[in-house]
Parts: sequence; C-alpha cells; structure tokens
Amino acid sequence: MSVLEVKNIEKHFGSTKVLRDVSFDMEEGSALAIIGSSGSGKTTLLRCLNFLEVPDKGSIIVRGETLFDADRPIKEQEKDLRRKRLHFGMVFQSFNLFPQYTALENVTLSEKLLAKERPDFKQNKKEILEEIESHGKALLEQMGLAERMEHYPHQLSGGQQQRVAIARALALQPDILCFDEPTSALDPELTGEVLKVIRGLADQHTTMIIVTHEMSFARDVADHIIFMDEGVIVEQGDARQVIDHPKEERTRQFLTKY
Amino acid sequence: MFWSVTQSLLDGLWTSFEIFIFTLLFSLPLGLILSFGAMSRWKILRGLVQTLVWIIRGTPLMLQLIIIFYGPGLWLGHNIWNGSESGRITATVVAFSINYACYFSVIFRGGIEGVPVGQREAGEVLGMTKSQIFFKVTLLQMIKRVVPPMSNEVITLVKDTSLARIIAAYELTFAGYSFMKSSGITWPLFYTGVFYLIFVGILTLLFNYIERRLDYFR
Ligand SMILES: Nc1ncnc2c1ncn2[C@@H]1O[C@H](COP(=O)(O)OP(=O)(O)OP(=O)(O)O)[C@@H](O)[C@H]1O
Ligand SMILES: [Mg+2]
Repeated sequence: MSVLEVKNIEKHFGSTKVLRDVSFDMEEGSALAIIGSSGSGKTTLLRCLNFLEVPDKGSIIVRGETLFDADRPIKEQEKDLRRKRLHFGMVFQSFNLFPQYTALENVTLSEKLLAKERPDFKQNKKEILEEIESHGKALLEQMGLAERMEHYPHQLSGGQQQRVAIARALALQPDILCFDEPTSALDPELTGEVLKVIRGLADQHTTMIIVTHEMSFARDVADHIIFMDEGVIVEQGDARQVIDHPKEERTRQFLTKY
Repeated sequence: MFWSVTQSLLDGLWTSFEIFIFTLLFSLPLGLILSFGAMSRWKILRGLVQTLVWIIRGTPLMLQLIIIFYGPGLWLGHNIWNGSESGRITATVVAFSINYACYFSVIFRGGIEGVPVGQREAGEVLGMTKSQIFFKVTLLQMIKRVVPPMSNEVITLVKDTSLARIIAAYELTFAGYSFMKSSGITWPLFYTGVFYLIFVGILTLLFNYIERRLDYFR
C-alpha cells in the first residue's frame, strides 16, 4: 500500500492556476524529488500537503486514511487539522527556527507541548520530559550537532541551522518529511553538509519529498522524480531515468540548464 | 527655602507621576486594541482606526488636552471634570491615554507584523495550537521588536506630563515655575530639571535592563 496518494490536486490564487490536476503516489521508505523551474508550483504543492494552503480540488490520502478531500464539507476538513498535519514534516527554505530557543529547545518544543495533552502527563511528567530531552539530543547528534545543542540559531551557520530544522521536523516522527529547497538559502560551501544529512536519512529509508534544484543530488538520492512545469506534472518516473533519459521535450529543455 | 521648594516639587512630581502611570495603564491595552483594529480584515474598521491615528498624531497634544478639558463644559453646559485638582488630572489622563494609545498602536502593529510569517507556519506544521504559537513563538519576538520604540515614547511621556499645566494641573513643571513667578528665583527651575532627569534616568536603566535581558536572541 502506498504511504501517500495525492489525487487530482488543483490550487489557484485568484485567477492564476498554480496547480493543475496533480496526482502521484509514494511508497513507504522511498524518496521523491520534485524538480522544475521557478514558479512551477513546487512550494505550493508542499504547502498543500502540510495544510498551509487549502487545495481547491482533489484529495490527500496517507496510509489509506483520507486526510483531505475537497468534496467534503469544510467543517470536516478542519476537524483534527492539527493531528492531520503531524503526518507531514516540513523543512523550509529559510529554516524558520525559533530564534529565542536553543537548538535543543527548538527540537523539543513541539514534542513537549504535545506531551501535555497525554492523559498520563501529570503523573509521569518528569520521565516524559526526560525522554523527550534525550530524544532531541539523539536527533541533534545524528545531525552532527552534538556540540551545538545549547546554541541559539543566530550563533549557528546556515548549514547548522538547517540541520537543526531537520531534527526539529524529525522529532515528531512524521510519515512523510518534506523539504522545500533545503539548500537554496545557503552559501555554496555549506550545502554539502545538509545534503549529506538528507542522504543519510534516505539511506535509513525515511519517506521524503525533496524539492530541489540540485540535479545530481536528486538523481543519486531520490528513487523517483517528478518534473513540474506551470502547475502540471510533465513527467514522473525513476530518478535516473528522468534525469539521464527524459521522455518529454520540456524536461529535456529544463535539464539542459543544469 | 530649599526644603519648601523640595516639598512643592515633590507634590508636583506626584501629580506628574500619577498622570504618567495612569496614562500607561490605559494607553497600553487601548493601543493593542487599536493595533488589532488597524490590522482588521474589516475595511471600515481599518479606515476608522487609521483616521483616528492620523488626527491624533497630526495635531498637538496640548490642543487635544484643551479640547477635552474645556470642550464638554462648553458643549454640555456643565463641566464633567469638576474644577478640582483630581478632575484636571483625570482629564489629562483621558487626553494622554487617547494620544499615546495611537502612538503605541503603530508600534505594536509594527512589532506584530514584523515577526516573519514563517514563524507562525513553522509552529503550525509542528502541530501547535494558535495560542501556543502566540505565547510560545511570536509573543517574545514581538516584545523584543517593540521595546526600543516603546522606551522612546515612554520617556517622551514623562516630559509631556508638563503639558497638564495648560489646564492648571499642579504638576512638576508648574511647581517649579510658580516659585519663579512668586519669588523671582530661577534655581527651582533647574532643580525641577533634576527631578525629570532622575525620573527619566530610572526609566532608561529599566529599559536598558529589559533590552539586555532580550539580547540573547536575534
Ligand atoms: N500566496 C500566493 N498568492 C498568489 N500567488 C501565489 C502565492 N503563492 C504562490 N503564488 C504563485 O504561484 C506560482 C507558483 O509558486 P510556487 O512558489 O509554488 O513556485 P515554485 O515552484 O516553488 O518556485 P521556486 O522555484 O521559485 O520556489 C507562482 O507564479 C507564484 O507567483
Ligand atoms: Mg519554491
């Protein structure tokens, strides 16, 4: 069974159609790269999956559960929105770390807030918080940030900040982790450390959707690639196939720029 | 002589202090409400607030004070403030609160809109509730943005309390001035200045402290 099914998603802002009939599936443990020129709707697609935008048409199904269906009444869509969101994690292009919290606090904050809703929180408060703390530390260690846990975002390089953001997204153990151009805001010499971490996640079969302009990275790390242009999926398929032997003329033209 | 001057100036200082404290007490929440109004989705409300802010910021505070103190008496035929000292202080606080609320609303709005939307979105995708996002993520960032411009306004307010003299409220400047008038001596005026300097000095230390406490993040 697919972990994610996206069916016929459409989205427009005013009169401009940004997504048109976007459909794709993802297998558990696979990595999907989305490529395409600027303005083709890649960010909008990720934002729809994370419920930061509401699609006008279509449905989103995770592990067989319909999280979103534009045909259903609004009331039902907004119900449990927070819980539905937790199926997805999001790593933003501009990190969006919380500046007033340390790296570790950034990673553990949401987990701690969610733990408060557990019925046994009052009873086992200490153990639960300790567990969250050590989980957060383990994630930061995995990101190669063992020495930086008590640093505030402004004391970290861009690459380090983005790795904290990845740890923060992983902390809630999402089914699908989304990256929106995770290295685009970084100096070229810092992209490597972030790509390495994402590669590591792919090796552990983390289910991921990565919007990226790093073609060779997409080819090496992703199992599948989607090429988008003007809000439609022009071509999708096996990563190497799409990059090395694109079927569509538009894909070929796009790839010659890289 | 020195002690009687000190005594009078302390009386005046107390009045100035009352005006200062009550104005802050009312104008801070009112300013926050106005800033919400200015950011409202409702166009008419937004327009109303913007017009109010334009009028209040575009005219002298002294003029507003005169209108608020004398206006009701002339329009209604009886003075709602009653002529006593406390009535004068109340009128001053009303005029000042409206005036300062408008200035604060602009500052608050800047602080609220200055927090990048990405902060709220990051909270949302992490499953936080609206109130968790406000209290745990955006509030402190707003406060940090708002403190420096607020400290300017608050220090200006200390000195603006002297405008209450125009409606004969016995505040600090009035107290110093009355000695010059009655005894022809000028040193109480400088002594009055010292009172203001100490008042403002304490506030400056306080704001510096707050800014330093918020210095650990950017
Ligand atoms: N909130 C919005 N309101 C109006 N138009 C929007 C909005 N967000 C995106 N758009 C438009 O939708 C189109 C797709 O934008 P999107 O950000 O999804 O593209 P993208 O593929 O992520 O581009 P890039 O590679 O530059 O990040 C663009 O034409 C953009 O101007
Ligand atoms: Mg984008």
